[in-house]
Amino acid sequence: MKILVAIKRVQDYNVKVRPKSDGSDVDIDGIKMGINPFDENALEEALRLREKDLATEITVVSIGDSKNEDVLRHGLAMGANRAILIESEEYLQPLGVAKVLKGLVEKEKPDLILLGKLALDSDAGQTGQMLAGLLNYPQGTFVSKIEIDNNKLIVTREIDGGTNILEMNMPAVLTADLRLNEPRFVKLPNLMMARKKIIEKFKVSELASDTSTQLELLEVSVPPSRKAGIKVNSVKELLEKLKDNEGIRL
Amino acid sequence: MFKVISAAKYWDGEVDLLVMGKNTENVAQNAAKIKDVSSVIRFDGDHLEHLLAEDAAKIVEMLSNNYQVILAAHSWFSRNFLPRVAAILNVSLITDVLKIENNNVYTRAIYAGNVHAKIQSKDPIQLLTIHTSLFEVCTKDGGDAKIIKKDTPPATNLTSWKSEKINKSDRPALIDAKIVISGGRSLGSEENFDKVLSPLVDKVGAALGATRSAVDAGYAPNEIQVGQTGVVVAPELYMAVGVSGANQHVYGMKDSRVVVAINNDPDATIFQFADYGLVADLFDAIPEINKLIKE
Ligand SMILES: Cc1cc2nc3c(=O)[nH]c(=O)nc-3n(C[C@H](O)[C@H](O)[C@H](O)COP(=O)(O)OP(=O)(O)OC[C@H]3O[C@@H](n4cnc5c(N)ncnc54)[C@H](O)[C@@H]3O)c2cc1C
Ligand SMILES: Nc1ncnc2c1ncn2[C@@H]1O[C@H](COP(=O)(O)O)[C@@H](O)[C@H]1O
Repeated sequence: MKILVAIKRVQDYNVKVRPKSDGSDVDIDGIKMGINPFDENALEEALRLREKDLATEITVVSIGDSKNEDVLRHGLAMGANRAILIESEEYLQPLGVAKVLKGLVEKEKPDLILLGKLALDSDAGQTGQMLAGLLNYPQGTFVSKIEIDNNKLIVTREIDGGTNILEMNMPAVLTADLRLNEPRFVKLPNLMMARKKIIEKFKVSELASDTSTQLELLEVSVPPSRKAGIKVNSVKELLEKLKDNEGIRL
Repeated sequence: MFKVISAAKYWDGEVDLLVMGKNTENVAQNAAKIKDVSSVIRFDGDHLEHLLAEDAAKIVEMLSNNYQVILAAHSWFSRNFLPRVAAILNVSLITDVLKIENNNVYTRAIYAGNVHAKIQSKDPIQLLTIHTSLFEVCTKDGGDAKIIKKDTPPATNLTSWKSEKINKSDRPALIDAKIVISGGRSLGSEENFDKVLSPLVDKVGAALGATRSAVDAGYAPNEIQVGQTGVVVAPELYMAVGVSGANQHVYGMKDSRVVVAINNDPDATIFQFADYGLVADLFDAIPEINKLIKE
C-alpha cells in the first residue's frame, strides 16, 4: 500500500501573526515556520501503518516555494521514503492545492491520501474534502483513529456532539485530527541524513492546468481584541461586580 | 439554522431551506413555519439517516444551479461536505464568515484568529459557512413556506456508516448556553471536573467547556473542547477556570459578552482577555462561589 501525505509549511502555533502596515497581507517575514501540526499527525499515522506492515511506501508532498524543502526534510527525517516539492511562487488557495494534488494522485496512484484537517495559516479546513470530491473518492474528515481490516479502512471521526465510525474502500482521502496520535520526535542523525536525500520536483503546470480562484484578498486587519478588564480581590467582589455592572446574577 | 436564515436575508432574494434525512416530514413542516422562508426542499431516504458527505454533496450539487448563494452554519457537519461540493462545482468555499460586508465581500479570521481578512469572491455561486454566534436569530414563526419533496438520488456507497457515539447531557448545548464555564488542565482529573466544576455548572444552568490540554489528558470529553479546533462559543458569560489563555483557546471564546478568569498565576495570558480577573486557587474559589450563591 502506498500512502501520500500532504504537508504544509505554516507559522509556529505559538506565534501571533500581524498584518503588514499597509494592510495588504500578513507579515510573516522572519517568523518561525514549520510543518502544520495536523499534517505531522497525518505523517505519524502513515509511519505507524508502515511499522505494522500495512504500508510499503510513504511519500510526503508540499506545494509552495523552495523554503518548503525544510518541512519535506523534516518529513524525511521522521521516516517518509520520498519527498516531492511542487514549486509554486504563488500562494495557492485550497481549491488550487486540491487540483494540483489531484494531478499528483493520478500520477502516483497512492492507495491512501492523508492530509491535516486544517492549516494553521488559512484556517480553511477544506483541501482534503475538495481533493476527495475532485477524485470522486470516499472521504473521512477529522479522523482520530484509523484501522485497516481486510483492505477496508475503518475510521473514527469527530462530528457535532461526539464521534462516528465509517468504513470505506481504498483509495480514499482522510484528514487528521490532533487526537489521532502523538507525533514522534525527530532525532538529529535522522535530520542529518535527510539533508542528503533527493527531493523530487514538479511544476504546478505539470499537474494542473488552472489553479486560479475567484477569490481576492482585499485587506487584512487586527481584529478588535478584548481589553483587559479589572482584577477583583475576592469571590464576593466578583459576584457583586457581575451583578452590579453586568446585570448577571449567578 | 435561525441565524443562517438571517444571514441569508442579506441578499434580497427568496430563501429556501434544504432538509435531508430519513423521515423528514416533521422537520420540513416545522421549517416551513419559519418567517421569510419561501420553500423547504426535502430529500428523504433510508440512506440519508446518517448523512454522509458524499451523499449530501451530491444533493447540493443537484440543486446548485438554481441558487446564487448557498450557506450553512459553520459546524462539523457543514465543514465535512461543503468543501466537497465546492470542488465539484469548481468554486471556492469561504468558511466561518464573521461578517457579510456586501453581496460578495466577507470578513473571516485567519492565523488562529489573530488576523481578520476581508475577501471578495467573484464566483457565480457564493458558498459560505457562517459563524453563527455573530448573527441574529430570525423570526421563528409566522411563515408559510411551500414544501417541495424531491426525488433522492441513489446512495453513492463510497463510504458506509457503522456507528456513532453522541454524548448526551442534560446541560444546555455549548453553542446555545447563556453561561459557559470552562476548565483547564489545572483541574488535574476527570474526578475534579465532576466534583469541583460540575456543581457550579449545574447550579447556574451553564454548559461545561474545557481546554484542549484538559481533553487530551482525558479529564473531559472531546466535544466540549472550546477553541480553534473545538467549539466556538459566545455566551453572555464565559468563565475560564485554570485556563492559561493560549491563542487557540481564546479563538473559541473571545466574542463572549463578559469574560471572567480565575487563575493562580497573576501573569496568566487569560487575564488580558478577561473583564474580571480573580487571582486565586480554583480549588478555593469555585467552592466559595458555590457557597455564596447558595445563600
Ligand atoms: C494546532 C493546535 C490547535 C489547538 N487547539 C486548541 C483548542 O481548540 N482549544 C484549546 O483550548 N487549546 C488548543 N490548543 C492547545 C493550546 O495551545 C494550549 O496548549 C491549551 O489551550 C492549554 O490548556 P490549559 O490552559 O488547560 O493548560 P495550561 O496551558 O497548562 O494552563 C494551565 C493554567 O492553569 C493555571 N493553574 C494551575 N493550577 C491552578 C490552580 N490551582 N488554580 C487556578 N489556576 C491554576 C496555570 O497558572 C495555567 O495558567 C491547540 C494547540 C495546537 C498546537
Ligand atoms: N500548500 C500545501 N502543500 C501541501 N499540503 C497542503 C497545502 N495546503 C494545504 N495542504 C494540506 O491540506 C490540509 C488542509 O489545509 P486547508 O484546507 O488550507 O486548511 C493541510 O493540513 C495539508 O495537509
